[in-house]
Amino acid sequence: MDSVAQRLSAVGAGAALELRGVTRLFGALAALTDVTITVRPGERRAVLGSNGAGKTTLFNCITGDFPPSSGTIRFFGEDVTHFPPYERIRRGLRRTYQISALFPGLTVQDNVYLACRGVSRGRFSFLRPGQNDALMHAADNLVQAVHLSAVKDQRVAELAHGQQRQLEIALALAGAPRFVLFDEPAAGLSPTERAELIEILTSLPAHIGYIIIEHDMDVALRVVESVTMMHNGRVFKEGLPEEIQSDPEVQELYLGGGHE
Amino acid sequence: MSLAHDAPVAVGRTTKAQPAARTWPEINNPAAWAVAAILLIMPLIASSFFLIEIFATTLILGTMALSLMFLAGYGGMVSLMQLTIAGFSAYMVAVFGVSGNPNISLGWPWWLAVPMALALATAFGTLGGALAVRTEGIYTIMITLAIGAAFYYFTNQNWAIFNGHTGINTVATPHFWGVNWRADIPFYYIVLAVAALCYFAVEYLSRAPFGLALQGVRDNPRRMAALGFNVNAHRVAAYAFASFVAALAGVLQVWNYRQISPGSVSVGACIDVLIIAVVGGITRPIGPFIGALIFVLLRTFALDFLVRLGLDGNRFRLLIGLGFLAIVFWSSDGVIGLWQRWRQHQRREVSRASGGRGHG
Repeated sequence: MDSVAQRLSAVGAGAALELRGVTRLFGALAALTDVTITVRPGERRAVLGSNGAGKTTLFNCITGDFPPSSGTIRFFGEDVTHFPPYERIRRGLRRTYQISALFPGLTVQDNVYLACRGVSRGRFSFLRPGQNDALMHAADNLVQAVHLSAVKDQRVAELAHGQQRQLEIALALAGAPRFVLFDEPAAGLSPTERAELIEILTSLPAHIGYIIIEHDMDVALRVVESVTMMHNGRVFKEGLPEEIQSDPEVQELYLGGGHE
Repeated sequence: MSLAHDAPVAVGRTTKAQPAARTWPEINNPAAWAVAAILLIMPLIASSFFLIEIFATTLILGTMALSLMFLAGYGGMVSLMQLTIAGFSAYMVAVFGVSGNPNISLGWPWWLAVPMALALATAFGTLGGALAVRTEGIYTIMITLAIGAAFYYFTNQNWAIFNGHTGINTVATPHFWGVNWRADIPFYYIVLAVAALCYFAVEYLSRAPFGLALQGVRDNPRRMAALGFNVNAHRVAAYAFASFVAALAGVLQVWNYRQISPGSVSVGACIDVLIIAVVGGITRPIGPFIGALIFVLLRTFALDFLVRLGLDGNRFRLLIGLGFLAIVFWSSDGVIGLWQRWRQHQRREVSRASGGRGHG
């Protein structure tokens, strides 16, 4: 038994997400260099760093939008380094995009329905969903959860920015997410909308962990338990929110002058 | 607020009516019923020339353009090989079935030759699609056009199967239950049934998971992958479906003309299908049929009209070209789009006239 446990932990079965030596090159430019990060299941973490620190590239490597140039990525113990994005998503990984990546020609309801369908069977189904389709109800509930019921039959192209950001989050919470990557979810939101966002994040079930990229420290530090500070494509510091906030080097780099 | 959906979803609003968009289309539209009724009684009111040369031809071309509309309108993939797939299917009916050229035709009965032709043409289109989905935008157009051009030159030069530039003539048409199904009225109804079937299949599919996902792929393929969809598999499946629709139209076409030759699969004809779909409108499945009607009417009557004006009758393409330009300039969603905007304008006028009490 002991050896099984050891072997399991040796392959990283204990971590929700484990990155080892992940490097991503764009031509000669190293957007990420030797990034090693381990996140526990259910852990909520912020990734901070100035523009160009490699935060979004980190997300793109984890989801497979751009595969890493070297290094390995494990998701709940499974080596997903060479998986296409949809295989990772079907295993419970989710993400949102910094610039809303929605389906402008479809309605809010259809956007969320697609998200629910994408992580279940019947993606190629030729049959329309019926009156009691479970995924239609799941989509309805999700639309309600992000306060978009009033506009559910409107095309996404007609929505206000804040509503599009909320839909962006709804798409990432469809199905049974195990781990979510939020890329600046508060960008461009009003103070009221920010409060709603914080409410959504803090009320997520405890088993769903996430990493959040957020420039707004008020939002970021209220919804996480740990912080990874990135600089020039490398992990610069890791720690508790208070430690990072009070770290003189971090203040110099980010909180002080480096904030663009 | 529960956001976890791994637990069984709590259903609180089972009685809520589904949005109207999910019910059958146009079911409450009197104009659609009127069109359906006119199409059904057409043999009573139209001469056999109009029945076949205008309406059956329109429905066949419209079905080919419908397959392009499905790919371009829902999938964002402009395929110029839809006519080539139809032509391949037509050739296969002639090769496996009975024709005036017994050296080539295998002489199978139609009920074996047609499924064979449909299967081979669908496979051909799916294979072409599998090549095309590796590219996007203008490169998809180029690859599919290249497939169309290659097939045209191949049929011209291959004598063993395609009988070179003469093609295959006197292709047999089905006779059973004592009916000659190529006689004008039975043939019109076969064409109408197939076209209607394809039209409703596309319309139905647009709201089914497969069709919705295809529209998602059109709008944002990267996000679709980030929702768990295999984007390329979806695109190839869309090509397979569209190829089957085009293959059905190809069978009707070879029965209509009773012959097939390279002229029917020329590059110009491939582009005609694009023009038909764009002029009609690629946002809705009715568009290609409207485009086909305009195209066939112009092709048939523009000659006399132009001659009367003292111009070369073969310049009917000039009219089509000018119409195409006008549509692309002023209405990117085709004649359908013009019609919808005109209707909206009318409604606004009416509501203004009646003191804004809503439409009458």
